This record gives sequence, C-alpha cells and structure tokens, in this order.
Amino acid sequence: MISVKGLIKKYGNNTVLKGIDFLVEENQVVSLIGPSGSGKSTLLRCLNGLEEATEGHIFVNSSDITDVKLNINHFRENVGMVFQSFNLFPHLSVIDNITLAPISLKKMNKSDAEELALQLLEQVGLKEKAYVYPNSLSGGQKQRVAIARALAMKPQIMLFDEPTSALDPEMVGEVLQVMKNLAVKHGMTMIVVTHEMGFAREVCDKVVFMADGRIVEEGKPQDIFDNPQNERTKEFLSKIL
Amino acid sequence: MLELFLKSLPAFGKGILITLEITIFALIFATVIGLVVGLINIGKNKIFKAIAKIYIDLVRGTPLIVQAFFLYFGMTGALKFQIRPEVAGIIVISLNAGAYMAEIFRGGIQSIDVGQMEAARSLGLPYSKAMIKVILPQAFKNMIPSILNQFIISLKDTSILTVIGVAELTQSGQVIIGRTYKSFEIWTMVGILYFILIYLLSTVFRKIEVKLNV
Repeated sequence: MISVKGLIKKYGNNTVLKGIDFLVEENQVVSLIGPSGSGKSTLLRCLNGLEEATEGHIFVNSSDITDVKLNINHFRENVGMVFQSFNLFPHLSVIDNITLAPISLKKMNKSDAEELALQLLEQVGLKEKAYVYPNSLSGGQKQRVAIARALAMKPQIMLFDEPTSALDPEMVGEVLQVMKNLAVKHGMTMIVVTHEMGFAREVCDKVVFMADGRIVEEGKPQDIFDNPQNERTKEFLSKIL
Repeated sequence: MLELFLKSLPAFGKGILITLEITIFALIFATVIGLVVGLINIGKNKIFKAIAKIYIDLVRGTPLIVQAFFLYFGMTGALKFQIRPEVAGIIVISLNAGAYMAEIFRGGIQSIDVGQMEAARSLGLPYSKAMIKVILPQAFKNMIPSILNQFIISLKDTSILTVIGVAELTQSGQVIIGRTYKSFEIWTMVGILYFILIYLLSTVFRKIEVKLNV
C-alpha cells in the first residue's frame, strides 16, 4: 500500500533522511520508534507531502507522491494526519472542525457531514462535546477530536505524529485506546511515530527502529523488543524500557 | 459661537461628506490591496514579491503630501490627462494605506501557528481554501486593533488632500475662515468634528471585536 524507495531529505546541507526503503501493507499498523532527531517525524511528514522529498520515490496506492503532476490535495484526502500539538481550529466548534473539510471539498452536504461527525465523535467517546469550542477541551479530548476530524475524510491510511507526546500522563491511555480501536475494529492502515512502547508492542504488526536518518532495524514487535539484533537498537531499548 | 456653527453647518456637512466618501472608498481599496500584497509577501513567487517590496518601500519612504502632489500634478502633467481631485485623493490614500495594510495582513497571517495550515492542508484543503476558512478568520481577529489604527490614520490623512484642492473637511474649515475670519472658533469646530468621526469609527470596531471574541 505504501512503498518508499531511496528517500532522501535534506534541509540545506543537513541530511535528515539518508536513504529510506520502507513498506507498509494494507491494514498493517506500523510504529516508527527511535531517538529524537532520528528522522521519524520527517519520514511521516513526507508520506503526505508536508515535506518534499529531496530524492527518491514514495508510492501510495501506486501513485507516486513525488511526481509534480500529482494533485496533492486530492491525494491527501486519502491520508489522514494527527499531530502532536492537535492543531484543532480554535475558531470553529468541535463539529465544525470535523465537517469543515468534507463540506468545503464537497464530499458531503451539511446534514450528512454532521451526521458522520456525530458518529465519529461517538466512536472517540466525545459525542456530548460536539458543540463546544476546542479551548474548553482537555488535551486528550482535543487529540480524540483531531482523530475524528481526520477520519471524516474517510482516509485509507492514518498517520500519527507522536499523538500522545504533548499529553498529561493520565490522558495518554484514552487516546491510545481510540487508536487501538481504530486498528483492531476498523482495520485501518496506520503509521504511528511514538514513544509508547506498550502500544507498539501490543497493537502494531511491525516496528521500525530509526536512528540518524536511517532505518536500522525492523520486524515484528516481539522480535524487536525481546531480541533486537542491532547494537543501536539494543542501546535505545535499554534506555527506555 | 452657536450661531457661527449653525451658519457653517452646510459647508461643514459637504466637507464631512467628501472626507467620508474618500475615506470609505480608499479603505475598501486599501483593504483589498493590503490583502493581495500581504498574501504575495508570504507566498513564494519571487517576481511578485520583488514588486510588492518596491511598492511598500516607495510608499513608506515618501511623505503622503509628496505622493499626492506627484499623482495629481506630476503624473497628470507628464502624461497629459486630467482627473478630479477627489479621485486622485482616493487613489493616493488607497495606495498609501494599502502598503501599510499589506504589512498588517502579513504580520497577522504569520502570527498564526504553522500547524493550522498543515492541519488544513493535510485534510486535503487546497492552499486558498485553507487560507480563507482557517487562517484568515483567526488572523483577522488578531489584526483588528492594527486595522483600526490604520483606518484612523487614513481618515486623518485625508486632511492632507486639501493641498490638491479636495473640498474635504479641513478645506471647508479654511473656506469658512476665509469668509468669517474666525480662525480659533472654526479650527476648534473642525477638530471636534474629526474627533467625533474617529470616535464613531472606533466604536464600530470595538463592537466588531467584542462580537468576534464571543
């Protein structure tokens, strides 16, 4: 479903991604782990074109998003993104946050979009918050709304960029639970940059360990966590587990 | 004093109407110019950006009175065409305020966290829609005090247009003094009238601000 070939990303003279080859199958849940500055967020942001690849190719559903002729807006409708800092639109109520894209891109009329929004809010456990503004929500609630907002475009793939890193510890669980439901019940294809090793181990089909702009090791969670082969992986895991 | 005021009222009335006419048209044009130039300035097109920079530098680098003389006497003379002083006034104030508005819009848009644009774009919204639906409504709220400030300055700047013969409020004051020789009284009245106009303008803005903050 996603295939990255020889991806290189440079900012000026600084090479952040040094040749990434990477595969994600349909319905797979993949976590990207690694020390900060290893390029995991950059890789994720390349997958929906928020960062432009310097070299290499990224195929998503067989369309190459590094191709300048591709309609990036149309492509992005199929790829949902959830950010560390939520990025809810503060001037819009929760339900308007969710219906903004479906309505303005003419995917749905207003009443259908609102019906879907309420369904999605129910799915993330926040139906009663539909008409409040984001400022009155807790961090965990904001992130669940952000997930519902991304789902409103009915994406085939969801990208999560450290979705729980900005949360107070007691709110991490509720967001992870929503993500787990999405993976298990809905079979969503997901790529998650995370420091939540419990989530990676329990929910993910594949764990990818990155360091210094390269994929150092990848495999099933139990292999990576219980029997890491690479020294760099061992060192990282010994620090955080 | 009251008798003088009542006698001067028709002349003041005409002056106020012209001041308002020029201010309203100029501020509408200036807002459009400011939005367009502001968006160019945060955009990527190098040629447009260079033109925008020259425009802003020229306006900020020269006095309004020189701009008014240049357009009304200089340009019309050199290019052999004629325009009414009011039209020249609207053009000068529009271009002048437009440059400052452009900077207000640029600053306002840049004050919005980049995550807002990224979130909107990642939902599939094109740049223009993301700007209109997500960025500008938030930016506009932050910009209101600066926009009001510029509107007040531009309203006062119309008084300079008296030098190219626009019959606005300040000029109507001069004309009345020419007839009555009551300099102290008339300038007091002119001052009060400007004060009232600007007070009304500020009140309207405060109402808008309160409404947007709900």
